[in-house]
Amino acid sequence: MRGRLRSAPGLNQSDAPAPHGPARGTVWLDERLTSALGVKPGGRVKLGNAEFPVAAVLTLEPDRGANFFNIAPRLMMNKDDLPATGLVQTGSRVYYQLLAAGERKDVDEFSAWARERLGRGQRLESLENARPEVRNTIDRAQSFLGLTALLAAVLAGVAIALGTRRFVERHLDGCAVMRCLGVSQSRLLALYASEFLMLGLAACAAGCVTGYAAHALIAQWIAQLLQAQLPAATALPALQGFLVGLVLLLGFALPPLIQLKNVPAVRVMRRESGAPRGGAIAAYAAGFASLAALLLWQAGDVKLGAIVVAGFAAAIVVFVAAAWLALRVAASGALARSIGARSMALRLGLASLRRHSRSNAIQVASLALGLTAILLLSITRADLIGAWRRAAPPDAPNRFMLNIQPDQLAPLKEFFASNAIPMPDLYPMIRGRLAEVNGKPVSDRDFTDERARRLIEREFNLSFSAESPAHNRVVSGRWFDARAGGRDEVSMEEGLGKTLGLKLGDTVRFNIAGEPYVARITSLRALKWDSMKVNFFFIGEPAALERHPTSWITSFRVAPEHEPLINQLAARFPNLTIVDIGAALKQLQTVLDQVILAVQFVFLFALAAGLLVLYSALVATEDERRRETAVMRAFGASSAQVVAAQRTEFAAMGLVAGLLATGGALAISAVLARRVFDLELPSNGWLWLAGPLAGLVLLSVNAWLSSRKVLKVSPALTLRDTG
Amino acid sequence: MDARVSSKVKAVLAARGIGKVVKSGESDLVILRDIDLAVMPGEAVAIVGASGSGKSTLLALLAGLDLPSTGSVTLDGEELFALDEDARAALRGRALGFVFQSFQLLPSLDALENAMLPLELAGRRDAESAAKQMLERVGLGERLHHYPKHLSGGEQQRVALARAFVVEPRVLLADEPTGSLDEASGEAVIALMFELNRERGTTLVMVTHDEHLAARCGRIIRLSGGRIVA
Repeated sequence: MRGRLRSAPGLNQSDAPAPHGPARGTVWLDERLTSALGVKPGGRVKLGNAEFPVAAVLTLEPDRGANFFNIAPRLMMNKDDLPATGLVQTGSRVYYQLLAAGERKDVDEFSAWARERLGRGQRLESLENARPEVRNTIDRAQSFLGLTALLAAVLAGVAIALGTRRFVERHLDGCAVMRCLGVSQSRLLALYASEFLMLGLAACAAGCVTGYAAHALIAQWIAQLLQAQLPAATALPALQGFLVGLVLLLGFALPPLIQLKNVPAVRVMRRESGAPRGGAIAAYAAGFASLAALLLWQAGDVKLGAIVVAGFAAAIVVFVAAAWLALRVAASGALARSIGARSMALRLGLASLRRHSRSNAIQVASLALGLTAILLLSITRADLIGAWRRAAPPDAPNRFMLNIQPDQLAPLKEFFASNAIPMPDLYPMIRGRLAEVNGKPVSDRDFTDERARRLIEREFNLSFSAESPAHNRVVSGRWFDARAGGRDEVSMEEGLGKTLGLKLGDTVRFNIAGEPYVARITSLRALKWDSMKVNFFFIGEPAALERHPTSWITSFRVAPEHEPLINQLAARFPNLTIVDIGAALKQLQTVLDQVILAVQFVFLFALAAGLLVLYSALVATEDERRRETAVMRAFGASSAQVVAAQRTEFAAMGLVAGLLATGGALAISAVLARRVFDLELPSNGWLWLAGPLAGLVLLSVNAWLSSRKVLKVSPALTLRDTG
Repeated sequence: MDARVSSKVKAVLAARGIGKVVKSGESDLVILRDIDLAVMPGEAVAIVGASGSGKSTLLALLAGLDLPSTGSVTLDGEELFALDEDARAALRGRALGFVFQSFQLLPSLDALENAMLPLELAGRRDAESAAKQMLERVGLGERLHHYPKHLSGGEQQRVALARAFVVEPRVLLADEPTGSLDEASGEAVIALMFELNRERGTTLVMVTHDEHLAARCGRIIRLSGGRIVA
């Protein structure tokens, strides 16, 4: 079992894990019941036919569900005392729950076994099918983790491609010599491929060890937060890690290595011959495709995987083309001429930018890719988490009030106004049973899904409103127009449509206290279940529904200092049902905080991959720059000229990379937020400043470091080395 | 140029007690020791010796491209190693031209841009026209916008000659200028180099292991084991 009960000896006293539940003959009350009944530990409570002393205050039940209609205050007693109370008899509503935890495989097996044996009224609940408000949080966390892992893998691929390119450039001469000495192309390829394979295996092994260590660290950390033990890691992730690592390595390192085997032997005579060709597009495409397939399989979320993989593939193409164009324009336009007229160093820098436009475009595109990932992860992470928190804000409603009668609306408003509490939105609620769909009667026997059967059996809560509620979003169809005769139209929650097999255009007939209500579904709404606001599966047009018997419902937040007012409210309107969902909300917030913490830790790994790409992109042209600088120095360039030329070139590249990355990150995050995370992102206009600035600063620092490095070595040595 | 030719006979390039020692594992490796050398204006000097005798190191030290372990070099009346790296670079830009065995053209620049490079570094506004003229002089007027990879070895070395002579240097330093060329191309390049040298009254210091080539210079300095032997 995960987690432990916690209890305290008295109200507001520090609690501790409880080794077992209440001893026979005693009961524990939770904090709310303790204060509501005004009974302290040591006091006695009467329960049915029996009376028990209160032994402790129950402070935490990790297994407690937060379905808010089921969160009456808790009394916990020993099972052996139950017969004495006489509470269980014919007509009593008793629920039994069996909690199961274990290895995923065992749990899956148990679920499959139990599902076949479920009787009437029995159901199997898991995180996937229970607690919509927590499920949203977990789903988004899973999506974010998936995104992080995908980005890390894509970035690693880019870093490998860049790194291998440099490796190839450095080994061209050696290969040419070996070709001269009679080594066959296939042997040359086998030689380097096996070297890379060994390196890859060692790197994958190191990665797996790091992964398990990080898992152990996270597990220990989360275990402290959750006060629960997490299951141990299985061997499968290691296998997946090896597979992804090797596919990445072979997919992105082989294409450049193949160029190495194609080096003509004549290069020994003429170094200009046999430089790696830029176009190994087919080979790279094959690598990218196999990686994409692997990632889609591993991510398990096809939509997320497709967006990220396609987004980055498109980004690579767009970035290279845009970078090439931007650098050409920046370096050869009227701007460059007017800048160049003022400073020789700037002219040299811009000229160098133009001359290297092809290799610089690749470098800028790689930098932009790395920056995109970092921006996407770090800034949109903040947005996602912010939006996530806003969806379940700390000031979310903590009370639901049901059963408000129409004649109570005015006095209720007056009560709120006289106590200076803002009046919450009130929603009409009509209970009706779904009787027919498209003219055919429906029965619970038509469905195999337990949830669908329960829904059909029960009465639905219908509502009416001329406007779509602000916290709902119409995702298909259109909201009815009352003026255009929308009387027979109804809006449905999209998830319910999936459960009951209803779709846009279907006609539904409800039975409301013997009266029929027939309407066509003309819009589907997405709801935020974790907003703790009042939500309805069906909302009809007011004129069609308001004649039916209606009660009203609302949710609102009660500040701690206003708690006593609730008692007054209950006393003045005794028929109202006021449900406290504060505990459920608190639990939701806790889950959210823990999930966010865990997600951020994993985010660091992807960030490291992004930095690796930046580094690889920057060192990719280092050899060439060293040689150029040495030649320039031999012909009289001052260090200021070298520094200024490099700074100009890098600053322009940084600016372009930053702009491209900002566009890329904003585009991908907008698609992800809408399609995967189901969140509204705030506008991020400031990113257009921060992104290019980050690129500019990063590459300026690099220019400074790079020129320091090349200036430190004597030109003679560099010229000899790079020959 | 005329002023330089008619200047008092005083060494344009002189080395005194030059030595170079590098670390090689645990021990020190002496590459050059105690080299004294004076090159007069307009003189053509060949430095010859076997591989590893220290020829190229001596040339790099004479150009201030490397730092000596001992000794000093005077170029055009200025003490090279009393200057900082930037001042040395400026002096090089003013007074020296280079021709390397492996040409050292920048692959991303075309022939004209390569020849313009030293002029641009010196901030000359007429860089393009002067470089064009120079390339025409070396017979590459039709190939101004060809990149090094599209030029033959001989043509590349002619671009390198244009780049060396375009600043009208007082001294031309050549490191095995025909080392990467076939005989015919090498001969053409050498002929051109001596022609330009004569035309412009440039002082020439050339490292070579080709005795025939060395014989065409007015003076031969032989190096062996890091010392001048003749």
